[in-house]
Amino acid sequence: MIDKLIIGGHEFRSRFILGSGKFSLEMTDAVIKNGGVEMATLAIRRANMGGEENILDYMPQGITLLPNTSGARNAQEAVRIARLARELGCGDFVKIEVVHDSKYLLPDNYETIKATEILAKEGFVVMPYMYPDLNAARDMVNAGAAAIMPLGAPIGSNKGLCTREFIKILVEEIQLPIIVDAGIGRPSQACEAMELGVAAIMANTAIATASDAALMASAFKLAIESGRMAYLAGLGRVVEHKAVASSPLTGFLED
Amino acid sequence: MITEQTCHMEYQEGMEATDHQLMDRVLKKTAAYDYNRYTPAQVKAALRKESLDTEDFAALLSPAAAPYLEEMAQRGKEETAKHFGNSVSLFTPLYIANYCENNCVYCGFNCKNRIHRGKLSMEEIERELKNIAATGLQDILILTGESRHASGVDYIGEAVRLAAKYFALVGIEIYPLNSDEYAYLHACGADYVCVYQETYQPEKYERLHLSGPKRIFPYRFNAQERALKGGMRGVAFGALLGLDDFRKDAFATGLHACYIQQKYPHGEISFSPPRLRPIINNDKVNPKDVHETQLLQVMLAYRLFMPFAGITISTRERAGFRDHVIGMCATKISAGVKVSVGGHGEEAKGDEQFEISDPRNVEEVNQAILDRGLQPVYVDYVRV
Repeated sequence: MIDKLIIGGHEFRSRFILGSGKFSLEMTDAVIKNGGVEMATLAIRRANMGGEENILDYMPQGITLLPNTSGARNAQEAVRIARLARELGCGDFVKIEVVHDSKYLLPDNYETIKATEILAKEGFVVMPYMYPDLNAARDMVNAGAAAIMPLGAPIGSNKGLCTREFIKILVEEIQLPIIVDAGIGRPSQACEAMELGVAAIMANTAIATASDAALMASAFKLAIESGRMAYLAGLGRVVEHKAVASSPLTGFLED
Repeated sequence: MITEQTCHMEYQEGMEATDHQLMDRVLKKTAAYDYNRYTPAQVKAALRKESLDTEDFAALLSPAAAPYLEEMAQRGKEETAKHFGNSVSLFTPLYIANYCENNCVYCGFNCKNRIHRGKLSMEEIERELKNIAATGLQDILILTGESRHASGVDYIGEAVRLAAKYFALVGIEIYPLNSDEYAYLHACGADYVCVYQETYQPEKYERLHLSGPKRIFPYRFNAQERALKGGMRGVAFGALLGLDDFRKDAFATGLHACYIQQKYPHGEISFSPPRLRPIINNDKVNPKDVHETQLLQVMLAYRLFMPFAGITISTRERAGFRDHVIGMCATKISAGVKVSVGGHGEEAKGDEQFEISDPRNVEEVNQAILDRGLQPVYVDYVRV
C-alpha cells in the first residue's frame, strides 16, 4: 500500500516528525533511526553554527530539516528568523511559532497568519503551529500554508489530545495535512490522533524525557503507524453504553 | 546626594516613578506571610496540585515543607524536564567596572570598602570578550558596580555593542535605569536585565543601604517593569538570601516575578538565588541561616510555583551542589567565572565582589552537564 504524506509537494513515508529542542544531542541519531523519522525540527535559536554542541552536527544525512521560529514574539520576528534559516542552508521548510506568553507558550494565531502569508510568498513551505481554531486555519490555508499544526495540549504538558473535538473539525474541513504538534505525551495518544485522520504527529518532550528515549521513539513509530492503518481501514462502530438491537427504530417495516 | 537622612521610600530627582500597586501587593502579602502557621497537610496538598497558587508557594517555603524536600525535588525534576527537557544553558559574567556609589554594608564593592577599583577600556573589553568567546560561550552577562559617574549608561552601551558582536545573547547586571535608558541598551544589543532587590523588607533594606541611589527601595523594585517597558525580553529576580529572613524574602521574590509576568505576559522570567558570600575586609558577612538545604528548598519552591521560569545557579555555590541542582530545578549555570574586573586573559584591574566556590572552566562544566545525562546549551537565542 502506498500511503505517503505530502507536504508542499514533498513526499514522506514517515508520519512521525521529531521535535529536537529537549533532547540530549547524542541521542538524536538513535531516536531518529528507531522512530523511522524523516523530518526533524530545528530551533534556529539553538543552532550554534560552527560552535559547541551544534544540533546540526548531530542530524543524520537525508533528514529533512524543519527549522522553527521559536523565540519570535510577532510576525515580523518570525519572518526574520525564517529568512535566517534559509541563509543558514536549512532549506525551504519552516514551522512558524509565534508566542508572546512566557507562561503557557500558546501560539498567537493572528500573528502566525501574517507570517504565513509573507513567507509563503517568498517560496517557503510554511507549516504554522497554531491553536486549533477553524477560522484561523482557513486563513492560514488562504495565506499559503502547506500544512496546519494545531496543538493537542500546552507544549511540554504531555496531556494528549485536550483539543480533540477541534482537531476533528480541522481534519474534516481543511484540505491540507493536519499535524498534531505539542501535548502528545504517550504513544497511545499519538495513535488516537492518527485514528482521527490526522496526517502526522510531532513529538519531543514525551521522547526526550523518557527513561529510554530510543525505545520510546520505536513505540511512537509503531503507534503512529497503527493509528494510520486504523484510520485507513475505517473504524468500526463503537458501542459506548449498552448493546443495541440491530434496527431498534425501523424493525417494524415489512417490505 | 542620597544619605542616611534620605527617605528610602521616596523617588529622587531623575528617577522615573512607577505606579506602586504591584509593589504594595507584594509588600502587603509578604508582611502578612507567617510561615510558621503552615502544616504538613498544606505542604502535601501543594505537592499534589498541578498548578500552584501563592498559598501553595508559601507552604513550600515554610519550615513544614522541610521533611518533604525529597518529594519537592522529585516533582521539581519532572517539571524541569517538562519545560526545559534536558537542556542546561551556559553563560559567564564579565565585570567591566567595580566603582560604586552605594554604601551597602554587606557588599564587597561598597563605596566605603577600601578595595582595588578599576574599569576596563573598550579595547580591554573587546580583548576580554574575544577570550571568553574562544571558550565557546555564546551568552554573556555584563556587570558593573553601581556608579553612574564612573560607568555611565553610554559606557555600558558601548560595551554591550561590543558584546553583541561576539555573543548571541547579552544580559546586563548594572544599576537600575529609567525605561528610556533600558530601551537604549536594548537597541545596543542587550536583551536581559538582572536586578536583585537584595531584601524585600523595607526597614531592613533601609538599614543595609546607608547611602547612594540604591537606598531608594521603590526605584530598585520597579526596575524589571521599566526594563520590560524599554523592550527587554527577559528579567531576572533575586533576593540575597541571608540578609534578612530568607523565607519572607524568597516569598516576596516569587510574588514579584509572578505579578510582573501577569502584567507583562511576554516577559521571560528567571530567578537567581544568591546566598551571602564572604567579602574582602569583612569577616562578619557570611551566610547565616541559609544552608544548602534551605537554599534548595527555596529553589524548588520557585520551580514548582513558576515551572516555566529559568533558574540560574551561580559560582557562589560549590561544584557538587551546582551539578546536582541542574536538571532538578536550575536551568542555567555559569562557567569560567571571574568576579574581578577583567581577568579573562587580561590582568584583573579591580578586586572581586565576593569569593566564588566553583572555579571550573567551560570545558569542565560542559563535561559535568554531560555526565549527568543533560545537554549543554550554548545558544538559545536569536537576535532579530
